[in-house]
Amino acid sequence: MPNNMAHNQPGSTDQSLIRNFCIIAHIDHGKSTVADRILQLSGIVEQREMRDRFLDRMDIEQERGITIKSQAVRVPWVVDGTEYTLGMIDTPGHVDFSYEVSRSLAACEGAVLLVDATQGIEAQTLSNLYMAMDNDLAIIPVLNKIDLPSAEPDKHADEIAGLLGIDASEVLRVSGKTGEGVDELLNRIVAEIPAPTGISEDPARALIFDSVYDSYRGIVTYIRMVDGELKNRQKIRMMGLGTVHDPIELGVISPEMQPTKALGAGEVGYIITGVKDVSQSKVGDTITAESASAQQPLPGYRDPQPMVYAGLFPIDNAQFPDLRDALDKLKLNDAALVYEPETSVALGFGFRCGFLGLLHMEIVSERLRREFGLDLISTAPSVTYDVTMEDRSEHHVTNPSEFPEGKVRSVTEPMVAADIILPKEFIGAVMELCQDHRGNMGTMEYISPERVEMHYTMPLAEIVFDFFDQLKSRTKGYASLDYHESGEQTADLVKVDILIQGETVDAFSAIVHRDKAYSYGVMMTKKLRELIPRQQFEIPIQAAIGSRIIARETIRALRKDVLAKCYGGDITRKRKLLEKQKAGKKRMKMLGHVEVPQEAFIAALSTDEPTDRDTKDKIRAAQKAN
Amino acid sequence: MEEKSLSYGVEQKKSTPYEVYVHVPFCLRRCGYCDFNTYTAVDLGGGVSRTSYADIVIREMNIVKRWQEEHNILEPPAHTVFFGGGTPTILPAHDLVRILHAIDQLWGIEQGAEITTEANPDTVDADYLKEIYDGGFNRVSFGMQSAVPHVLKTLDRTHDQENVISNIDVAKRIGLRSSIDLIYGTPGESLVDWKTSVRAALNLDIDHISAYALSLEPNTKMGRMIAAGKLEQPDDDDEAVKYEIADDMFESSGLSWYEVSNWSTPGNESQHNLGYWHNVDWAGLGPGAHSHYNKAKIRSWDIAHPKMWGNSIQNDEIPWADSEHIDDQMNIEEMAILGLRLRDGLNIEQFERAAGMKIPEVTLDELLREGLATLSHGHLIATRRGRLLNDSMISQILSAVGI
Repeated sequence: MPNNMAHNQPGSTDQSLIRNFCIIAHIDHGKSTVADRILQLSGIVEQREMRDRFLDRMDIEQERGITIKSQAVRVPWVVDGTEYTLGMIDTPGHVDFSYEVSRSLAACEGAVLLVDATQGIEAQTLSNLYMAMDNDLAIIPVLNKIDLPSAEPDKHADEIAGLLGIDASEVLRVSGKTGEGVDELLNRIVAEIPAPTGISEDPARALIFDSVYDSYRGIVTYIRMVDGELKNRQKIRMMGLGTVHDPIELGVISPEMQPTKALGAGEVGYIITGVKDVSQSKVGDTITAESASAQQPLPGYRDPQPMVYAGLFPIDNAQFPDLRDALDKLKLNDAALVYEPETSVALGFGFRCGFLGLLHMEIVSERLRREFGLDLISTAPSVTYDVTMEDRSEHHVTNPSEFPEGKVRSVTEPMVAADIILPKEFIGAVMELCQDHRGNMGTMEYISPERVEMHYTMPLAEIVFDFFDQLKSRTKGYASLDYHESGEQTADLVKVDILIQGETVDAFSAIVHRDKAYSYGVMMTKKLRELIPRQQFEIPIQAAIGSRIIARETIRALRKDVLAKCYGGDITRKRKLLEKQKAGKKRMKMLGHVEVPQEAFIAALSTDEPTDRDTKDKIRAAQKAN
Repeated sequence: MEEKSLSYGVEQKKSTPYEVYVHVPFCLRRCGYCDFNTYTAVDLGGGVSRTSYADIVIREMNIVKRWQEEHNILEPPAHTVFFGGGTPTILPAHDLVRILHAIDQLWGIEQGAEITTEANPDTVDADYLKEIYDGGFNRVSFGMQSAVPHVLKTLDRTHDQENVISNIDVAKRIGLRSSIDLIYGTPGESLVDWKTSVRAALNLDIDHISAYALSLEPNTKMGRMIAAGKLEQPDDDDEAVKYEIADDMFESSGLSWYEVSNWSTPGNESQHNLGYWHNVDWAGLGPGAHSHYNKAKIRSWDIAHPKMWGNSIQNDEIPWADSEHIDDQMNIEEMAILGLRLRDGLNIEQFERAAGMKIPEVTLDELLREGLATLSHGHLIATRRGRLLNDSMISQILSAVGI
């Protein structure tokens, strides 16, 4: 380890030597590689300890190559003989997690705008960049991956320069992989990002910008000291909640947790209060010292609003309390996750959960499965609707099964403003896709001679299913999407029910536009026919709007399942097979007499365009019949 | 046979019969659908070859006998002996006879015991059959599979129906009882093809037929061809129809089902195979062969690869790959698995005693109402629908008693 390490002690580092920054980048643009390279260059992680993506701690993050939770690392860097303390705050790149970006931004004075030199800037990066500019952050534009043969740094430097109103020569060029330019980046961070300007003498004020549940340490709260100083073992007060705690530990991350005696103004670190109750460490709250309290809390965050709702049900209803505990724990570091108990006729007891988007939903259910060992069924995601009936009664519907029966006067659905950046040759394909998804085109700008940014207003419901996948496939992966809430509209929406053996399965009901109801019905019934295994009796599967059947499929009765031979060694094999089948059955849900596999419940998630003849014919027939 | 008071698995008899199975892991060629433990090479390494095989099996039975004695298992003379494979008749007839005589010397063989060998119609002739008959065999099970040339070709079988007819004629003349195996559901086999095969089998005028749905293992040549789309995937519905065709034709010719895949004239059931379903004791000899001992509550299986199996025997060790202890729950599972395959059915009282609880009335009612089973003298007996849906029925019965 270089001997210049650890000269600046936490708690006694002058603010003029501190630079706090985050990295804004799109998924796959190499943020973690650059961050890892910074850790290595600074000497706090030795070469041989280096593993890819040091900062992505969660298994899911490592596997998917995305960052979900921020990390805040204290990194030393020496310029002209002076040691500076850099606070590097890692930020998520996916649109679902933009609210986490906004938290990180509030803890920094500057942002590194990292763009893949082979790809150019993407829609979400752009929206995060605007957010950083609104926060008055100093921006350091950087092109990454310049070592790749397909890199076009000149072209993309022009693009970025145009967006920021700077000269293209100011765009730094680096390679996280080879390390080229990363030391220069660190020098520029020191030179260009302002030092924090908190008041060291004032009462302590620290912003909670993240909170993580660690199974060994309990709740770890990430803080950015703004004013004053916090000492280890000093009683603290959460200003928003008004609660007082005796912290167990105060420290910095460099890159492992390192307890310290104090944290001073401008520093980034963590605090462990020892409190187990998850609601006691609220992101956005201000921490002050109990003995010398600050008067005014720092401006907090607006809680992110869930955009998409889905039901989560344990396959085994006995796991309901475990699911509640698990959600409580996830909620601690995921303010956007909301949930309330829900009862489904088909699935029993579970929770109706609100998510920021589909990826958020997937990640939450995957964490529940992996980290908490829960076996879950998730229902198709839905947005919220406001339904007004002929009798003027109003219903707020977060779950298709709550869609009221009777004469509907109007249905209002949430809208989003979507920004799509794409190479110009795909303009036609994207316009068609957006039109299919009930999009209204606004303006379109060229951000460079090759790439345009298109603006659409669309129903959120059209985006939450598989819009993003389709966008990717129609543009060969070159388009990127960002969206935010933008009012609501009334539309001709109907509820489509799915009936198995004549019984409506509430978990399968969906609210769709009338024009799409037929294809939804045909495709769902077909999918279920494929996914539900044959059973001893015939199983009719129907789709209906109200009492009108719009599609029907039949699963024929199973006729044979017997093992042909059962001699000497077959007996052991057969018994083992039986035990395996039994385990498989546990993962089935009984709907009446029908065993339905978990996969059936996520079938509604993918609504790919029908391609086969049979499906198209059936949709046409269904439309004609009505 | 000596009287013993042991607690047995499925059948609670005063004494349990003893059977010996000899596996012969050699074949002239490997059929595309077969995943059995068999090899086409003459010499399999470790001293195990077609010529040395009989000697090694005889060494194994001595080791097995020693193991039995060490565990206080005193088996009565063998009630049946069965040579299976592979192709047992790939060995010289005198080797089969030598093995049989060694069994007789070691354990004894009951008077009138059923002694069977499987035979490939290609590998035997009148002299061969005569030699084994003189050596003590009294039953041959021929792998006929089909009478339709294109089906036999898909199955990689090289014999033709003439082989089968002439061998069975010879067997009859000599005094050997014959059985044949049929396979249905081969890719490309039509209903007419299947009827042709069943009729050809009945024309042989024999008193025992086994008919098996082709079971496809993904790790076989045929499995891979189907996965690659080069052969049609067998269809359960088609197999169900073929099962019903066979069952009708056999029954109307006087062959009654006595197990899901076996039909015979009264009194000509395979005693050896009934032993498996009645969960008797048996010693399995040869690579990969399974053994079962009620007193020790154990199922064991020999090392699968002949070379390693041979090495173990050379070292004077019992050549088992592994074994499992049959606990109460496994025993209950086996009762259901085995009992429901048989025309005798599942002995309800015995099953309930083992399970420690009654099968709920609703479950029995449901099985009867769904036409899966009938009740007769305290036995639950699968109907034809129940034979085809045996798996579902087993699960229903087991889950009804909490398993």
